[in-house]
Amino acid sequence: MTSTQRPPAENRAEPESAQAAALHTGTSNLRTLVTRNVRQSGIYVAFVVIVALFAILTDGVLLSPGNITNIVLQYSYILVLAIGMVIVIIAGHIDLSVGSVVALTGAVSAVLVIQQGYAWWIGVLAALLVGVAVGAWHGFWVAYVGIPAFIVTLAGMLLFRGLTLQVLDNISLSPFPSEYQRVANGFLNGLLGGQGYDAFTLFIGAFAVAGYAVSVFRTRVARIRYRQPVESFPLFVARVVAVAAVVMYFAWQLAHARGLPIVLIILGVLVIAYAVVTKRTVFGRQVYAIGGNLSAALLSGVRVRTVNFWIFVNMGFLSAVAGVIYSSRSNGAQPAAGTMFELDAIAAAFIGGAAVTGGVGTVVGAMVGGLIMAVMSNGMQLMGVDQSIQSVVKGLVLLLAVAFDIYNKRRGGAASR
Amino acid sequence: MNDTILEMRGITKTFPGVTALQDVSLVVRRGEIHAICGENGAGKSTLMKVLSGVHPAGSYDGDIVLDGVPARFHGIRDSEAVGVVIIHQELALVPYLSIAENVFLGNERRGRGGLIDWNRANAEAAELLASVGLDENPVTPVAQLGVGKQQLVEIAKALSKEVRLLILDEPTAALNDTDSAHLLDLLRRLRDQGITCILISHKLGEVTSIADAITVLRDGRTVETLRTGEGEVTQERIIRGMVGRDLESFYPDRVSEPGDEVLRIEDWTVWHPTQDRKVVDGVSLGVRAGEVVGIAGLMGAGRTELAMSVFGRSYGRDVSGRLYVRGREVKARSVSEAIDNGIAYATEDRKRYGLNLIEDVRRNISAAALRKLASRGWVNGNEEIRVAEESRSYLGIRTTSVMTTVGTLSGGNQQKVVLAKWLFADPDVLILDEPTRGIDVGAKYEIYTIINRLVAAGKGVLVISSELPELLGVCDRIYTLAAGRLTGELPVAQATQENLMALMTKDKEAAA
Ligand SMILES: Nc1ncnc2c1ncn2[C@@H]1O[C@H](COP(=O)(O)OP(=O)(O)OP(=O)(O)O)[C@@H](O)[C@H]1O
Ligand SMILES: [Mg+2]
Repeated sequence: MTSTQRPPAENRAEPESAQAAALHTGTSNLRTLVTRNVRQSGIYVAFVVIVALFAILTDGVLLSPGNITNIVLQYSYILVLAIGMVIVIIAGHIDLSVGSVVALTGAVSAVLVIQQGYAWWIGVLAALLVGVAVGAWHGFWVAYVGIPAFIVTLAGMLLFRGLTLQVLDNISLSPFPSEYQRVANGFLNGLLGGQGYDAFTLFIGAFAVAGYAVSVFRTRVARIRYRQPVESFPLFVARVVAVAAVVMYFAWQLAHARGLPIVLIILGVLVIAYAVVTKRTVFGRQVYAIGGNLSAALLSGVRVRTVNFWIFVNMGFLSAVAGVIYSSRSNGAQPAAGTMFELDAIAAAFIGGAAVTGGVGTVVGAMVGGLIMAVMSNGMQLMGVDQSIQSVVKGLVLLLAVAFDIYNKRRGGAASR
Repeated sequence: MNDTILEMRGITKTFPGVTALQDVSLVVRRGEIHAICGENGAGKSTLMKVLSGVHPAGSYDGDIVLDGVPARFHGIRDSEAVGVVIIHQELALVPYLSIAENVFLGNERRGRGGLIDWNRANAEAAELLASVGLDENPVTPVAQLGVGKQQLVEIAKALSKEVRLLILDEPTAALNDTDSAHLLDLLRRLRDQGITCILISHKLGEVTSIADAITVLRDGRTVETLRTGEGEVTQERIIRGMVGRDLESFYPDRVSEPGDEVLRIEDWTVWHPTQDRKVVDGVSLGVRAGEVVGIAGLMGAGRTELAMSVFGRSYGRDVSGRLYVRGREVKARSVSEAIDNGIAYATEDRKRYGLNLIEDVRRNISAAALRKLASRGWVNGNEEIRVAEESRSYLGIRTTSVMTTVGTLSGGNQQKVVLAKWLFADPDVLILDEPTRGIDVGAKYEIYTIINRLVAAGKGVLVISSELPELLGVCDRIYTLAAGRLTGELPVAQATQENLMALMTKDKEAAA
């Protein structure tokens, strides 16, 4: 190997100098930056292209304040499911039951709140408990009995759909009291005033941007301190500005509609929390290790059973969150609620770069994957495209996304493996 | 017979960030055994992948001329069509298929109506097996064969494709001496039948004994081609070409000062996970601080099984016996308990059991001791990078960055990553299972040096190896194992290859 560089004897530069260096070191070579992150950049580019395409096709309606709000409200529960699903997929499993679990948790909540007249939060709590129990049930069979998740959750899909019918006695329940409806349909606005727009929403947007900027700058300083390659400072600033622009535009549009949706806050908190958990915690790293090479993980002392168990408990929990949001949004519980949600969540994870073989994927990627699906569905609805065609298009996009991923991996030189 | 069968000219192959081959030339004469030597990562496997179309034409620069005709292969089907067959470093047989099915995989013997004619296939397979000297029924599943026999099945498979140029990438790396000798004999016979062989090997002894020509690669460039009969070819000569300097000795010196016992196994018995027999039977042994202890044994003697069962019962069922670390009895019922109790085991099969190939160097190194980098479940990513960088320079892992995917490293460097992982876990006892399999002489020396540094720091090291000279070179004491039983224990001063061999085969007659 000719281009080997021996690491410098002193690996840690002084912290102050690292901060200073953060302003003027780094590469501007876009090509190396892009090829290094080709998988990740791929979906971002695809996302931008799809948004632009539908913005043009719908004469800008797609990006109108009202519609952006709509997309958030309509797809939040799929995105919540996708967070859990991508973790399941990274570990090399799959969960086919989440649609049924969404229905069951929503039904339990509806029975308690609508039929029995309990407070709204008792319904939410009960739904979450049921979700965790369902997750523990799956986790038990997958982790401790050793049955493949495909089978366990296929059984779960039937089982929990059946239980939903039992709980609801085959009828729909509605409506929820207004507090419960606020979970999915409520907005925070007017807290800071503003005329014709909501200042609070803009404030939260600005806060998010600031948080993002600080965290990426700290990452940059740390990378420089440990002599890792970074992009040049102008490029770095350009990246932060681009993200800031997108977020502020988004906040601006929301502020001019109805303000900050409560579900968006829930979703935002979950995304940040899970992105950090998967990247920075021992648990998250063990998930990747199990998916990457199960035997090696076992022989490295990873408690594979425990980790697998908690992965499914977590999926059950997030299914319940989605169940609450969905029942709140549809203002009731129906026996057929949540049908096919699992497929949307799985598709989001794969479009977002997760690998079928496990070991690869990110929460943020899955979110972008889910948004791609959301923008496409919404855009096609706005254009009045037939349901059947929508389905065809979504199927093709899933196929192409994974094909693109595999093509990239080949080009990355993995052909020899 | 000076005619050239293959000429590779000016081959350059780059991967993102790495130039694996630079202007490499190779000339192979018809009917010779041509060895390729070089350090880990020198580009040997890559060169052969270029030759066999695994890296298709267009993904590299340079020309390949086969029998005077320029060749442009787009896949291994193309190269196999003209009789160039490669047997990869990692065996590529399907374990649950029979020998015959494997031999004709992708090249099925069709009968009437396009259906597979199994009678014909099995009959032909039997002939091929006879020609490689493998006495097995063609319908036996490959999973039931040892590595040595699987290697012969690979060769039979190559012969079924009417091979003219056979490429073997480290075929003997996983074989013991007897199986290796058998394989080399077979290569000589194939040469006599006019089949040209290219052989990659780190075992320089076998290279000098069998090769007619030796091409040495260093850092992706051709250094020289040595031909027997055109001057003296010795191991020292090859090593000088490979590393660019002389290597004084194969084994670094060490003063051994054994202290207290760090590991003691008493009456250890392990049953086969599925069959009704003992694989390890009443073994008792000990390792002291500052001591390197070897375990010698033939294939199937139960060495790996012993080690893995000690390592948190990761092998076998009904494991019984007592285990002491630093004089304290421990119950290591799971791998994490074993690690917590200061035991580490570096596997012989790094790809299957040792590494997460799709993950980067850094994360593989931290995998076994992530807790050391974490507080309350949060991993300190910067510290992790620092640790990885430290291991990289300490062990001399050759990689562009610690963020490189482990799967793209050369075999020897992957092995160093496995070692780095266990060094970072900082165990009291380190069990090394075939630590230098597929590793070049220079890196071997480095690994022995690392072992020495470990014992100097008061750790105990248990080495399992099929290469007796290696055990004799690095150990203080050597146990021999035969059919799951301990058959002897010799201080290295009294051990020779002959008496070890006698002990390793001692149980054979009794068991038969
Ligand atoms: N698919 C790949 N992607 C990126 N780099 C690669 C790939 N394959 C090989 N390399 C790099 O090319 C160089 C040569 O590797 P190669 O496998 O040919 O070495 P080798 O001589 O066979 O070593 P060994 O004796 O360890 O098997 C190494 O630095 C390796 O990291
Ligand atoms: Mg190789």
